[in-house]
Amino acid sequence: MPADFYRRFRDSLWGVAARQVWKNKLAMASLAVILIYILLGLGVYFGIVGADYNTKHKEEKINPAGRKITRFREYEIPSGEFWLGTDLFGRDVFQKTLYGVKTALMIGLITSLIAIPIGLILGAMAGYFGGIVDEIIVWFYSALASVPPLLLLLSLSLIFGRGIHGVYLAIGLTSWVALCRLVRGEVIKLKGVEYVQAARSLGAGHFRIIFRHIIPNVLHLVIINFTLRFCYAIKAEVILSYLGIGVELGQPSWGNMIQSARQELQRGVWWQFASATVAMFLIVLAFNLFGDALRDALDPRLKRG
Amino acid sequence: MIGDRVMIRYIVRRLCYSVTLVLGVMLILFLLYNVMGGSNMAVLRMAGKHATKEQLQDLREQYGFDQSLPRQFIELARQCVTFDFGRSITTRQKITTMIRDGAVPSFTLMAPAFFITLILAVSVSLFCAYRRNSLMDRIIVVFSIAGMSVSMMAYIILGQYLLAYKWKLFPISGYEPGLQAIRYIVLPALIYVSVAMGSEVRLYRTFMLNETNRDYVRTARAKGVGTGRLLFKHVLKNAMIPIITQVVILIPFLIMGSLLLENFFSIPGLGNMSIEALGNWDLPVLKAVTYIGSLMFIFGNLLSDVLYALVDPRVKLG
Repeated sequence: MPADFYRRFRDSLWGVAARQVWKNKLAMASLAVILIYILLGLGVYFGIVGADYNTKHKEEKINPAGRKITRFREYEIPSGEFWLGTDLFGRDVFQKTLYGVKTALMIGLITSLIAIPIGLILGAMAGYFGGIVDEIIVWFYSALASVPPLLLLLSLSLIFGRGIHGVYLAIGLTSWVALCRLVRGEVIKLKGVEYVQAARSLGAGHFRIIFRHIIPNVLHLVIINFTLRFCYAIKAEVILSYLGIGVELGQPSWGNMIQSARQELQRGVWWQFASATVAMFLIVLAFNLFGDALRDALDPRLKRG
Repeated sequence: MIGDRVMIRYIVRRLCYSVTLVLGVMLILFLLYNVMGGSNMAVLRMAGKHATKEQLQDLREQYGFDQSLPRQFIELARQCVTFDFGRSITTRQKITTMIRDGAVPSFTLMAPAFFITLILAVSVSLFCAYRRNSLMDRIIVVFSIAGMSVSMMAYIILGQYLLAYKWKLFPISGYEPGLQAIRYIVLPALIYVSVAMGSEVRLYRTFMLNETNRDYVRTARAKGVGTGRLLFKHVLKNAMIPIITQVVILIPFLIMGSLLLENFFSIPGLGNMSIEALGNWDLPVLKAVTYIGSLMFIFGNLLSDVLYALVDPRVKLG
């Protein structure tokens, strides 16, 4: 029944958390920013906006010798025609920045699809089975966490090769340890809880207990992690692209734009750098703030001041 | 004494565990550089599009990929234990020498940057705990979250452009050994401090606030201890425990340097070395640097665990 369902939701962890987040103006503003970015990203994905990112705008000019030449409209300052100016090849920086929204969100999403299942399943297994399984999993992630993160990330993307798929894999495979740790700790606590014991005494198998009774109760950790991971993934892409092992140059990403800015700034071309930095700043800030609000609402033990 | 014996047993156990972690790191390096890096696809990419069959074979022999995997692992373990990583593929120098030479500039850059950040971040977060929820506290929190959200690349590019290129306050890049180094490290160190401040202030502030909610704080307050004294004598002392843990985790970076900063400012440290090795597919160098970094992390953690057990009676030795 809808009324009954509503009452159950209202009093559940999710309902209480949703009300708390709803009252937090900063969190709602962040959510609005995130939603706008998601809409833009979808728009780019379906070719509604930002589709013009790769057009190299040209113009015809008469050179001093009186010949007609065609050249790229390079480094034009922001104007009515090009809201955020153009780059070296006369491409519209505004369009590139829009396209970068899609690239960044895809990186956040796909790396999460890689990292979250690994972290969730290994963490749940370690916490639930304990003993030797726990020791092996903890040993493995502790060893992985000992390797300097940036070097691990760089080596992996070097081996996977330049390109967005390498970026997905490298970031995804290196960022599951934090979630795994949290889930393991939570599952150890949940294992002794009455409803899990009840399920066990009713004859439920390990698989059913883990997936029906334990994982739904650690989902709040997954959601918090999912939000905060975007910040990490988006920042990591910029570093990889700067070092030339990130996204291919043909595909606009904020990392690629910031990379080319290094030479451009000295020529007084600030718009590509500024657009990418501001676009990135807004979304990372929004994810940071929203993730914090979610954490406060969903996980009161981790309450921040 | 029984206490001593428990302590020694604890230290030995932690040490054994650390050794297994080192083995784990070796395994990860093996998977990374020998199994995945040695795959045909990776070798092809290394050699470039136009490599001949002989060149590919050469490359395999150079990296030892032509041997069986168990033998390759034994060789890797031997290198890790004896610290003899052979020679770099590109510079032909001994890797051990390269690492020793690179550690000095990295340390010169990172040690001051690191300590300035630590002192500033602890002071600011203590101030936030002191003036909790005041306007200043909120402003600081907003700034630290905003600061965390800006890409490190943006700090570096803008810092170098404005301070070195435009206003000519510092050299644009470069390095000289000895006292001359100061001229070159001020700007990168400054950038490091501004990048790191955001997340550290926020983290330490949480640690401090966690402590201010505890019973001993209430007791002390009830007994009439003033806020200043309470914070400095009681809260800071207890909050230092998580802070020190955090600092120990960052110690490898002291030597490793910040890869990006060193690369951008052409400081010939380990970070720059790794990035160059990355560009040249110099897997032995990359492997050695990664291993040394991991080793420092593991033993830093071991050290902090043992120190806690010695200093803090609440730490369980079980």
